[in-house]
Amino acid sequence: MSFISYLVNGISLGSVYAIIALGYTMVYGIAKMLNFAHGDVIMIGAYVVLTAMASAGVSPVVAVLLAVVFCTVLGMLIERVAYKPLRNAASPLAVLITAIGVSYLLQNVALLVFGANTKSFTSVVPIPPLVLAGGNLTISGETIMTIGACIVIMVGLTLFIQKSKAGQAMRAVSEDKGAAQLMGINVNGTIALTFAIGSALAAIAGVLLCSAYPTLTPYTGAMPGIKAFVAAVFGGIGSIPGAMIGGILLGVIEIFGKAYISSQMADAIVFGVLIVVLLVKPAGILGKNIQEKV
Amino acid sequence: MKKMNKITKSNLITYVMVIVIYIAAQAMVMTGNMSSLMQGLLVPLCAYVILAVSLNLTVGILGELSLGHAGFMCVGAFISAFFSKCMMDVIPMAGLRYFLALVIGAAAAGVCGILIGIPVLRLKGDYLAIVTLAFGEIIKNIMNILFIGKDANGFHFSTKDVMSLGMEPEGKVIINGPQGITGTPKDSTFTIGVILILLTLFIVLNLIHSRSGRAIMSIRDNRIAAESIGINVTKYKLMAFSISAALAGVAGVIYAHNLATLTAQPKNFGYNMSIMILVFVVLGGIGNIRGSIIAAIVLTLLPELLRGLSDYRMLIYAVVLIAMMLFNWSPKAIEWREKYAEKFKFRKKAKAEEV
Repeated sequence: MSFISYLVNGISLGSVYAIIALGYTMVYGIAKMLNFAHGDVIMIGAYVVLTAMASAGVSPVVAVLLAVVFCTVLGMLIERVAYKPLRNAASPLAVLITAIGVSYLLQNVALLVFGANTKSFTSVVPIPPLVLAGGNLTISGETIMTIGACIVIMVGLTLFIQKSKAGQAMRAVSEDKGAAQLMGINVNGTIALTFAIGSALAAIAGVLLCSAYPTLTPYTGAMPGIKAFVAAVFGGIGSIPGAMIGGILLGVIEIFGKAYISSQMADAIVFGVLIVVLLVKPAGILGKNIQEKV
Repeated sequence: MKKMNKITKSNLITYVMVIVIYIAAQAMVMTGNMSSLMQGLLVPLCAYVILAVSLNLTVGILGELSLGHAGFMCVGAFISAFFSKCMMDVIPMAGLRYFLALVIGAAAAGVCGILIGIPVLRLKGDYLAIVTLAFGEIIKNIMNILFIGKDANGFHFSTKDVMSLGMEPEGKVIINGPQGITGTPKDSTFTIGVILILLTLFIVLNLIHSRSGRAIMSIRDNRIAAESIGINVTKYKLMAFSISAALAGVAGVIYAHNLATLTAQPKNFGYNMSIMILVFVVLGGIGNIRGSIIAAIVLTLLPELLRGLSDYRMLIYAVVLIAMMLFNWSPKAIEWREKYAEKFKFRKKAKAEEV
């Protein structure tokens, strides 16, 4: 039974990684940049929920909505102030280094505002735990909620990208920015929209992550953020189903590594997976191998 | 011929600058004008300067971002501290022991650089950044679970705890997991640090202005064009990357031999350390070796002088990093600056590349 319980936990953690990885992969596919600050937007979202519930006393649903709105605005603001001016910079490193700077800035602002102490996060999930197999297997409400949210987001996002006008514009921009502009697509607007969606997903991921692992510090987002990027690379960066598969596989690998190999080495195992993937199949599971042209 | 002279002159200025700073610092120590706090910072400062120069080789000259420099430093620090502690009785001469520790630390970090570089340097920027970051975390993780002890039967390894080493009672624990290595000889001095800085500069500056260095820079500027004229991209990338890693290992050796207890904490060998080095490089000017030295010195000493700002130190680093990048690399800012100033030669070159 412990195997199944680990598996369920792994899928649950993997679902959180998948939601974060969706944000990475969308931004990477369209703006061709690695948004290092994505993980820290998760942390900010969790702090917003915590503050809204503890200080303002609003209901969990309102708090989550508030966090989504706040992170959406934050994501668009970051894009506008820090990334947009560098979009045509001579070196591709410029925007990457700026993103690291933004990540660092968010962590340190949170450190000054909320302090370095670990805050305990009260779960916002109202679902009772599910007891199966005569009490041998308990699936927590958070797990059900996380997996459910992940499926809903995945389906919704795929429909949005495939069917809606804005989604079509996104695909066009990711394919060829110049040609998209000539077709009358508002490229800047589309990129801003991508950041907005990615950051909204980050807020949801933050709430789910902190509901399942109820501690919150200014550094909470950094590690899941990096692991979600690993997941996005694993699944094939730029691909939405890839982010999903990569995230869930990585979550399962991490929990199994913790359970069966060594709890301290779990992070090392996850990163080892990244190195192996890049060695064997650099484009990821579902990624396309794009040849560079002159 | 005139151009050669210019390069030699520029290199000379850099060497002389380091020596002048060294003499000034020594004079302050002699005359008692330096607080003990500042004196304690001198040796780590040497390590930071070497790290900044070596990272600049990767970021500025090779044009790839490494976020795992603290990891390479960690490798150099632990391997050399392990060596020094084992050899404390065998080689009583501190100088020889330190020299061997340096060679071993640098070689170990360099080998790690090659091992990481081979799979990853075939890929582009973002991947290298994330893999080097991953490497740094893996190294830190391993150092925290590694236990090594030594007794009459030889070395004992474990990844659990001291008990499971299964040593004879008189055996000594050398690496004690999260407690790290205790009792490394304190062989690093400011003078040795400065000599190593000069050596690092000699290696890096000569590399940049050599045939290999020009090949590396051509890869940075246009990989496909470089490949098409027969430059072996992987070889030169690997060369720059492993030299950079080996120099980070040297910095680790200096760092380790200045501490009574060497542990792999997030604050000394983690992500934050790598970011701090990156801030030195960005503030000093990407690709500008002399700038890195100045930035490392200023940013290490300034927060200690302005004690009251210590809470805001990291915040200021972050803002400086973003502002410098926007100012230096945004096409609009470049245009604006070109209108008002003619002296920013390096940036103009960047502008020309774009066209």
